[in-house]
Amino acid sequence: MSKIKCQCGHDNPFGTVLCEKCGRPMTEEAKKSEVVDMRYEGSARRSQTYKRSIIDKIWNFFSSVKVGVGIIIAVLATSAIGTLFPQKLYVPVNQDSPAELLAYYERLYGIIGTLYYKLGFYDMYNSWWFKILIGMLGTSIIIASVDRVIPLYKSLKKQRTKRHASFMKRQRIYGAGLSGDAGSSLAKAEEKLKNMKYNVKTEDGAILAEKNRFSRWGPYVNHTGLIIFLFGVLLRGIPGFYVDQTMWIREGELRSIPGAPDYYLENKDFILETYSKEEADEVFGEAIDRVGTIVKSYQTDVSLYKKKEDSLPGSTDLEHVKDYPIVVNKPLKFDGYNIFQMDYRLAELKSMTMQLIEKKTGKSFGQFTIDLDDPEGVYELNDGARVDLIGYYADYDGVENGEPVSKSPIPNNPAFIFDMITPEKPNGEKSFVAIRQTLETEENAYQVKFVSAETRDISGLTIRKDKTLYILLLGGLIFMIGVIQGSYWNHRRIWIQKGEGEELLIAAHTNKNWFSLKKDLNAVKEFADLPKYEDRLDNESSSEEEEGEK
Amino acid sequence: MSKANKKRSRLIFRGVVLLLLAAAILFSIFSKDKVEVLAVGDKAPDFELVDLDGNKHRLSDYAGEGVFLNFWGTWCPPCKREMPYIENQYQAFKEKGVHVLSVNIAESNLKVDTFRDQYGLTFPIVIDKNKDVKELYNILPLPTTLLIDKDGRITKVITAEMTEKEIISYMESIQP
Repeated sequence: MSKIKCQCGHDNPFGTVLCEKCGRPMTEEAKKSEVVDMRYEGSARRSQTYKRSIIDKIWNFFSSVKVGVGIIIAVLATSAIGTLFPQKLYVPVNQDSPAELLAYYERLYGIIGTLYYKLGFYDMYNSWWFKILIGMLGTSIIIASVDRVIPLYKSLKKQRTKRHASFMKRQRIYGAGLSGDAGSSLAKAEEKLKNMKYNVKTEDGAILAEKNRFSRWGPYVNHTGLIIFLFGVLLRGIPGFYVDQTMWIREGELRSIPGAPDYYLENKDFILETYSKEEADEVFGEAIDRVGTIVKSYQTDVSLYKKKEDSLPGSTDLEHVKDYPIVVNKPLKFDGYNIFQMDYRLAELKSMTMQLIEKKTGKSFGQFTIDLDDPEGVYELNDGARVDLIGYYADYDGVENGEPVSKSPIPNNPAFIFDMITPEKPNGEKSFVAIRQTLETEENAYQVKFVSAETRDISGLTIRKDKTLYILLLGGLIFMIGVIQGSYWNHRRIWIQKGEGEELLIAAHTNKNWFSLKKDLNAVKEFADLPKYEDRLDNESSSEEEEGEK
Repeated sequence: MSKANKKRSRLIFRGVVLLLLAAAILFSIFSKDKVEVLAVGDKAPDFELVDLDGNKHRLSDYAGEGVFLNFWGTWCPPCKREMPYIENQYQAFKEKGVHVLSVNIAESNLKVDTFRDQYGLTFPIVIDKNKDVKELYNILPLPTTLLIDKDGRITKVITAEMTEKEIISYMESIQP
């Protein structure tokens, strides 16, 4: 591909619209147009040059703003669809069972729900196609920016003070006319523009006044911020960078912390405090009357343990690290992890107290307590009697093949098979005891009777660790700097140069806020006696302005 | 720089950038949110658990031999169904260098003890009291069985009930 040689002698890359140096229009289209498009200074977008290898073709695809906008629309549309029904994470069924998930969406949302599931919208933020879309967005941002910012930078750097008349003529703000004394007008204009904090360059009877060029880099700074942000999110995929797990832990339980290897947590106590009527009277007295109770605090008292360095997972050789009361928004912090109070369940069965009695007389042989998590096999009682626990079903769910079944290891509905051994019946009597139910194979003389049950609470905790937080913060900060840089400052340029004889040409350009540019220009015009100019794209407002001046 | 050179360096630049971006996308697709997920080919992490008789069992005790590592619960119906088959094949393979290590997830000694007697199990049964090994191996459904070869590498992860035939072929596959 050849270079385009301008009449001024400058070699421009293929695709250039306006000569990088003097501003002469290079394309037929630009030559014909009244006002030339100044985006990217009429420079050649880098990718336009080569359309040869497959790599160049892919590059060109992502360089296109149209493609970029298309990707953004696709991301927006799919993200919006993803909010129609709850995502998988928030669905109260077994997360690892596709059948249950499908059934859930089908039951609640019918055919559309089924479709929603089948198309993968139920877990779309983790789906491969959504990740590809985001990846394409990132690619588009990087390539389109690189392709534009480099030529823009070059042409702004190379721009000449003295432009060709054809460039001036094609600016949106343009004026030409005779001035009393072109030389003194130019000198005065230069003085005035310098006072107005413009950078002024002069060359052979021409002035270029320029201000706030850095505002042009705003969008690219902003894109850099976005890329840093996406990079931070990407890092979350590396093991150890990002943890977001939940755990349920019962009072008295000691277990390893999901997502935090080598660490163990013991739940000492879960405390749910509510406001008492007296202390709440002034503030929410009425509210308490209306809703009953208002919670004051949710708290889990825990002990943190760490595995000893030389011991293996599974070993019970632990080192106590610290005790801590976890309250909402006051997480337990250690080694980059935060453990938050998130949820709770009250009153799960913990143990049951029973007594052995003789049915006829009601005589008791004493009480015994069964720890539902760790029952014993034999409970010795008074007068030589004992009860053997020969079967324990924590979550009793009926009988299958002549055998009682437990559907989970959690004591939601405990059932027992007891062997009652008494001096009178040394061979024992068997009985099946569940809640509100006692079954005997034959009429027994003795019975195990329920006395009381003790309960415990369960804390729902969330384990978080995010090493990418500061990267995301940096990305967000740079993003905002770019937005501010591009929005609150405008890149303004004013060209004034001598034409034929005493004629003066003026032209001006800004990337936004033309009104203020014209205000600047009016001030200079007044001071330096410059010819009149017109805004050729905004006749209406300029005439309004004149009316206002009357 | 000559024109051909320039073109070549541009091609390299673009190729590298596109390759990096494609790699980033692929990485985001294939990285999981779980901290560490064990996969086939990984080294099986060592652990130490106590069995019903109070003996310590380490996975590394079985280095050089195949290990049939079975995670289960007494309440889980498929676990119950496959237990007799595992017992049979444990007897058949224990002299051939394949060991069965059975990990119960955090149940009471009494419960596991009763279960063992009921099914007449003779292989070592350890209890993962604080769910440490469960987290380490990222065990979700029960039963889950891992096959570990003589080099300590995971050769297969089975997350479903097994037939006796399958158990035989699995044990053969890790026989040293």
